[in-house]
Amino acid sequence: MNLKTELNGTVMVVIVREERLDAHNSEELKAEINRLFDSGTKDLLVDLKEVRFIDSSGLGVLVSGFKNAATHQGSIKLCSLQTQVKSMFELTRLHRVFDIYQTMDEALESY
Amino acid sequence: MKNNIDIQITVPNQTRYLSLVGRIGENMARELDNVPGDRETLGHHINVVLTEALVNAIKHASASAPDNQVQIRINVRDKELVIRVYDNGQGFDLDLVPANGCPDPLNERGRGIFIIRSLMDSVEYKKANGGNVLEMKKKLG
Repeated sequence: MNLKTELNGTVMVVIVREERLDAHNSEELKAEINRLFDSGTKDLLVDLKEVRFIDSSGLGVLVSGFKNAATHQGSIKLCSLQTQVKSMFELTRLHRVFDIYQTMDEALESY
Repeated sequence: MKNNIDIQITVPNQTRYLSLVGRIGENMARELDNVPGDRETLGHHINVVLTEALVNAIKHASASAPDNQVQIRINVRDKELVIRVYDNGQGFDLDLVPANGCPDPLNERGRGIFIIRSLMDSVEYKKANGGNVLEMKKKLG
């Protein structure tokens, strides 16, 4: 899975550089999120700009990250959701769980 | 012109084929005639349903036999879409999945069947051809 991780101020940004986030590749994102929180990251931002498709496994991995953030007294936020990805969050009501921002800049300003 | 499409796909029961199968369904949606509404959305929904059903077949039904294959049949007759995903594993009990209501948002699993039910009109899981089939139907208009 193609992930780009970069520190922006105090926020760790993970950019998912895949067209799909599904049962085939989402465990790799889970492992990266776990690794970041385990190594001391507090605030994590996941950029989904390049993701055109997400399934229940991809959503589940982000929920796992949400719970992991809480365990570490940290936070996880999402940004740059494409229309079809956003529709999956709405279908499963997960848009009420996550802080979701239209752009990375907006998300970074929220910290 | 009435739609009359029958696509049969057989792939190894591995998640690497999710994208291929999903894209076939999505591309098919763009070719349909006399379908009201946004065809891009319909294509996305078919992609999602195929992905969820295939993962279900791979993970829950055929996990004990990694060399097995999964068969998918996509059928459109006029204004009805039927997607069937066959597996030859132990199967699962669809009745154990709550029929209504969204799963707890903090559950990491258990959204697949909910998503399929939300996007299709009917979902059945039954015995077929010595194995099982997840049969999902949707009226197109």
